Amino acid sequence: MTQTRREMLIDPLVDNNPITLQVLGICSALAVTSSLQVAFVMSLAVTFVTGFASLFISLLRNHIPSSIRIIVQMVVIASLVILVDQVLKAYAFEISKTLSVFVGLIITNCIVMGRAEAFAMKNPPLASFIDGIGNGLGYGLILMLVGVVRELFGSGSLFGVTILHKVTDGGWYVPNGLLLLPPSAFFVIGLIIWAFRTWKPRQVEAREFKIQTAEAH
Amino acid sequence: MPDQDRTDETEKPMNPIRRFFSQPADSVGKTVFVAVAICLVASMVVSTAAVVLKPLQDANKKIDKYVNVLQVAGLYRQGMDVEKAFARFEPQVLELETGKFVDTFDAKTFDDRAAADDPELSVELREDPAGIGRKSKYKTIYLLRTDAGKIDKVILPIHGYGLWSTLYGFIALKANGDDIFGLQFYQHAETPGLGAEVDNPKWKAMWSGKKLTDADGELQITVAKTPPPAGKDYHVDALAGATLTSVGVDNLVKFWMGKQGYKAFLANLKAGEIG
Repeated sequence: MTQTRREMLIDPLVDNNPITLQVLGICSALAVTSSLQVAFVMSLAVTFVTGFASLFISLLRNHIPSSIRIIVQMVVIASLVILVDQVLKAYAFEISKTLSVFVGLIITNCIVMGRAEAFAMKNPPLASFIDGIGNGLGYGLILMLVGVVRELFGSGSLFGVTILHKVTDGGWYVPNGLLLLPPSAFFVIGLIIWAFRTWKPRQVEAREFKIQTAEAH
Repeated sequence: MPDQDRTDETEKPMNPIRRFFSQPADSVGKTVFVAVAICLVASMVVSTAAVVLKPLQDANKKIDKYVNVLQVAGLYRQGMDVEKAFARFEPQVLELETGKFVDTFDAKTFDDRAAADDPELSVELREDPAGIGRKSKYKTIYLLRTDAGKIDKVILPIHGYGLWSTLYGFIALKANGDDIFGLQFYQHAETPGLGAEVDNPKWKAMWSGKKLTDADGELQITVAKTPPPAGKDYHVDALAGATLTSVGVDNLVKFWMGKQGYKAFLANLKAGEIG
């Protein structure tokens, strides 16, 4: 690896962001971003799981038989996720109630397994750990961006603190109900990907084929 | 044995353990070893976490239940001392069939949910609209008294099956045993955004001021899209997009307020026999 550790940590934030460039982990990004607080805890949980899953898998990488490697990775990831779920239930009960099934679903988050399979299986532990943390943060960054848009315009608040006074509470702001529903995250993520690719044109994928102009007969 | 190996290291460079680990990762022996070892370690980590954190989680659940009792009685304020506020409630163990309190159990520690699994303390339901299978013969209910010592509200635990899960909650009734003060669920796993809207404050607020029974004493309360013939006083709007959860709530409220549930107790309450 020619990347420095610093690059490994920073790279997944914008240049190689798991959500906007690799378009992974979309499902949970739709589900948990209607409020910032929940999105924040989810980001922390995913960062923790990705970092430590990469670390442990990298430590074991020379001993993991390739025939059962996916299962071994799943076991490591699932154990970490259960750990996170238990800790949340013990120390952040309210938030764990709101996150409900989505903590458990970190197991199926493509980012965690993607990094384990693509990076941690071939790289030393420390580099894998940093790579995992970086990707978790990259995921978290997008989650927070989407969360800001959805919570601010969907319920007029940020982190539960009212910013725009809603009509229903005697204010002036008519909240956009669509933003509270999961499909809106698709639009927001799409717009973010568009913005990122306009800012960094290198991220635009090469065309697989060129559309021909129709010939008139 | 490893000691022996170490003494003649010049001839055999590796002891059996190191030899095992230097096998190619794909050999059968090592595959089995890695699979078993990983499972053992992972299961130990997970079970240790579960056991160590259990007391904290149980304490959280208890506080959460208290908060829900307080909320349903309209007493909850953000940041209040929950345990102290909860002490205002008087827990009582109620025998469903007679509708009278019993002192065979300690109301502070009696566990309805455990009792529902105990063949001595529960009955299997033949007619089971709430989908709960067995029902405890005894339930812990909470009384809230006015300063003069008169019953102000009664908080009754209710539960039943929705779409994915059993919903556990409380219904608060005024002292006349007929006017609903509030209803809310503290544990369920319904679809977030649809069935989980049972937690929506606006929906919960609709229960307040509804009545259970009409002038003839017939149970009329209904969760449905349109009001029942009895009128709006007995109608709570069904949740949009969550037909089965709404049906579940409708069934469980009818079940618990009906003759298999608290009917005997509510009759006693109305008759003024509960002091």
